[in-house]
Amino acid sequence: MSGNMNLTLKVWRQPNSETPGKLVTYKAESISPDMSFLEMLDVVNESLIHKGEDPIHFDHDCREGICGMCSLYINGQPHGPKRAITTCQLHMRSFHDGQTITIEPWRASAFPVVKDLATDRSAFDRIQQAGGYVSVNTGGVPDANEIAIPKVIADEAFNSATCIGCGACVAACKNASAMLFVSAKISQFALLPQGQPERYRRAQSMVAQMDEEGFGSCTNTGACEAECPKEISLVNIGRMNNDYLSAKLFRQEEIAHHQE
Amino acid sequence: MILDAKIPAGPLAEKWGKHKFNLKLVNPANKRKYDVIVVGTGLAGASAAASLAELGYNVKAFCFQDSPRRAHSIAAQGGINAAKNYRNDGDSVYRLFYDTIKGGDYRAREGNVYRLAEVSVNIIDQCVAQGVPFAREYGGLLDTRSFGGAQVSRTFYARGQTGQQLLLGAYSALNRQIHLGKVKMYTRTEMLDVVVADGKAQGIITRNLKSGAIETHTGHAVLLCTGGYGNVFYLSTNAMGCNVTAAWRAHKRGAFFANPCYTQIHPTCIPVSGDHQSKLTLMSESLRNDGRVWAPKTVEVAQKLRKGELKVTDLKEEDRDYFLERKYPSFGNLVPRDVASRNAKEAVDEGKGVGASGVAVFLDFADAIARLGEDEVRARYGNLFDMYAQITDENPYKTPMRIYPAVHYTMGGLWVDYNLQTTIPGLYCLGEANFSDHGANRLGASALMQGLSDGYFVIPYTLGDYLATIGPKPVDASNPAFAKTKQDVEERIAKLLSLRGTKTVDEYHRELGLIMWEYCGMARTAEGLTKAKGLIHALKEDFWKNAIVLGVNEEFNSSLEKAGRVADFIELGELMVDDALMRSESCGGHFRVESQTEEGEALRDDDNFAFVAAWEYAGENQPEVLNKEALVYENVKLTQRSYK
Ligand SMILES: Cc1cc2nc3c(=O)[nH]c(=O)nc-3n(C[C@H](O)[C@H](O)[C@H](O)COP(=O)(O)OP(=O)(O)OC[C@H]3O[C@@H](n4cnc5c(N)ncnc54)[C@H](O)[C@@H]3O)c2cc1C
Ligand code: SF4
Ligand code: FES
Repeated sequence: MSGNMNLTLKVWRQPNSETPGKLVTYKAESISPDMSFLEMLDVVNESLIHKGEDPIHFDHDCREGICGMCSLYINGQPHGPKRAITTCQLHMRSFHDGQTITIEPWRASAFPVVKDLATDRSAFDRIQQAGGYVSVNTGGVPDANEIAIPKVIADEAFNSATCIGCGACVAACKNASAMLFVSAKISQFALLPQGQPERYRRAQSMVAQMDEEGFGSCTNTGACEAECPKEISLVNIGRMNNDYLSAKLFRQEEIAHHQE
Repeated sequence: MILDAKIPAGPLAEKWGKHKFNLKLVNPANKRKYDVIVVGTGLAGASAAASLAELGYNVKAFCFQDSPRRAHSIAAQGGINAAKNYRNDGDSVYRLFYDTIKGGDYRAREGNVYRLAEVSVNIIDQCVAQGVPFAREYGGLLDTRSFGGAQVSRTFYARGQTGQQLLLGAYSALNRQIHLGKVKMYTRTEMLDVVVADGKAQGIITRNLKSGAIETHTGHAVLLCTGGYGNVFYLSTNAMGCNVTAAWRAHKRGAFFANPCYTQIHPTCIPVSGDHQSKLTLMSESLRNDGRVWAPKTVEVAQKLRKGELKVTDLKEEDRDYFLERKYPSFGNLVPRDVASRNAKEAVDEGKGVGASGVAVFLDFADAIARLGEDEVRARYGNLFDMYAQITDENPYKTPMRIYPAVHYTMGGLWVDYNLQTTIPGLYCLGEANFSDHGANRLGASALMQGLSDGYFVIPYTLGDYLATIGPKPVDASNPAFAKTKQDVEERIAKLLSLRGTKTVDEYHRELGLIMWEYCGMARTAEGLTKAKGLIHALKEDFWKNAIVLGVNEEFNSSLEKAGRVADFIELGELMVDDALMRSESCGGHFRVESQTEEGEALRDDDNFAFVAAWEYAGENQPEVLNKEALVYENVKLTQRSYK
């Protein structure tokens, strides 16, 4: 373990979505390598508050890499330099004394800035509201073991289900495409027997909502997969495209009917 | 006030069935005339909001995060219990009931716990039907694992992210109702007070966290599903946003607060490493299925380890003390959380702690890796091992993990009756925010069960009974209680914003946390608690003079948000200490040093303390009034808990 570090931070400050933002420089002093990145920001904020200055606003909650609330572009990378982790799991030992760190919010028109480093990711919620579920009411369902699912398939569905909805994939993509996120959701249900009855309708309505929210299109550059903290695979996008096409070609009439 | 828990009479196994039949129903055509407010969209809130909307009620749901999917339930790792007996290992509803009552050290209600065990079976069915990807075996059927305090394998899990998957299930059910227009969802919105008009809860006051707008919402009933208050300790395994504000504000409006001092300490957390720490990270209890807990046998060896003169991997078998296996041969490393925690503390207090701080014991996988191979261990616990490595910079496949107990879950909360109604008619409380079902210590994998049981399978029945009684006429928002409560909220915000002292709100929070952990944590004494009372009182006075709260209301203002929450935590801290002081017995995770067996185990005092302590707010700076609900055991015999 090395000693404490002094760092220079360039932080995006923007009071709200209407006011333009800019990078402001701060010193982060005596930072322990054992701190998480967010704890480092806490320390900076404490000193700002002591000086009577507005603390830097950023989104976070669980600080365990699971809620998907933390974000941050760190030196141009969503969730910072390490692979397969979220910002709250990034520790300062990944940086070195004297380093300058640029911290910015996710950049995507579908994710407007709320304040400083926090963005509005509610477009993700709306995509799921459009059909990301199995329509089953509480009660009156069959015994759980009546639905047997081969382990390999269950595991694959699970891999897709691990998406935490953080939006790093969108932030990483030069087109700000939400394909990785949406395809992960669609795949989870498409792989499971419970998801079959609404499979094509689901793909169609979620994709339609995704387009409506202003996300860009996918050009298969793979930046999303590389930056995803949960290592969601590009294979999902292929699956989604298949279902979407099947829906378009064969089931449009039925789906349109259903949506009335 | 006489507390009526409304537990139905009759044999245990028939109580819930009979009760459901006796509850009044709301005519389907009338359901859409009722508005229900659900505060919180974790497991309890999301499942309740979705289920009530499915029935036809109009639901307004609130959460302070940017999306309901980020509620703290998402962080639960280990699993959820259900009495399915898929393994044919002797499990049954009665056994789950019995284990839970015993695990709660006989301080929970029989009727509630039995109901919980009964509906646990439906919860798994419900979640699987929604597409929750539980772990499966090669035959395609559901897999289970064992958890502390049980000798059967009844814990269903989804890798190390059971909470995430269960919450996404409930969230998807909620999304469906939002899409159908039956739920209106308010995100980034914090409830700051409950409106009690004509003696009934009829609305809430909220603050829009983005714009600062203070708004009034009316409803025929209000459900608080706002989670636990473990963050009163500052350091805990809880998410940063967890708070007590909703429950505390309701308490001040007349809802009794029950068993506030009942905190669950989790034995397997990553130890504190420095002052900068903002939270502690839990390592799932499931690790104790294969990991062995030990400390060095002697103080000398421990010292050498701490100084680096000895390498842990070189330590001989005879220098290791597998204290749980030694003291509790039948449960071994799978003793309940309070027992495992207390034993770790004991080792550390004796000077046998490990790690740089000396405040930790080992959780060792060397034997498991030798027996199963590293690949199998990785398959079982890989993500937890990665998380550990990320935080500590150590490789747990090569050296044992260091663990220490941390505050995890709160078993106190708003008092509710069997119908989940608080002492304010029309105000309900679900999930971790209520006190129900778990008693002095709860076993793992039962909080998720309770949240979903409350939301999917209890409240949809019991709420109807109340709504049918009050009738579907619209709520009268012109009742002066609405304007008055809103004004109270605005005044409090103005008062907080006027604080321009010298200490940050986080500094107060950290100070409160240290007091609470030191004197009202794993072990308590009358002397320490009395001291804590004075310290917290002084802290409260200082807060309202010297805190710094910057900015204005009409913006995203994290200083203001935190200040309100910490102010409530300080007041709750006072009540927790009073409760702990009053309860001079030990039970479960709540250990009064003055009350222990010769072997150092928690010693209950059933003659004097077999009750729920329900505290009643009596006005600013007035001592709270203690109300007692006697706990009646008709089916289990109260015995000294033993896991030997
Ligand atoms: C790290 C960790 C691991 C765990 N693992 C397990 C496990 O394996 N098994 C198990 O059974 N239990 C586990 N638990 C416990 C379990 O996760 C919780 O007890 C349970 O999820 C609580 O659910 P809830 O719905 O009551 O509250 P939460 O999920 O905490 O939800 C609270 C909701 O209330 C909202 N809210 C709070 N205050 C306000 C307010 N004032 N205004 C508006 N909204 C508000 C929040 O936005 C959120 O939506 C774990 C807990 C932790 C911390
Ligand atoms: S796919 Fe990955 S990067 Fe995108 S939202 Fe999900 S977890 Fe985040
Ligand atoms: S804060 Fe929850 S994932 Fe980072």
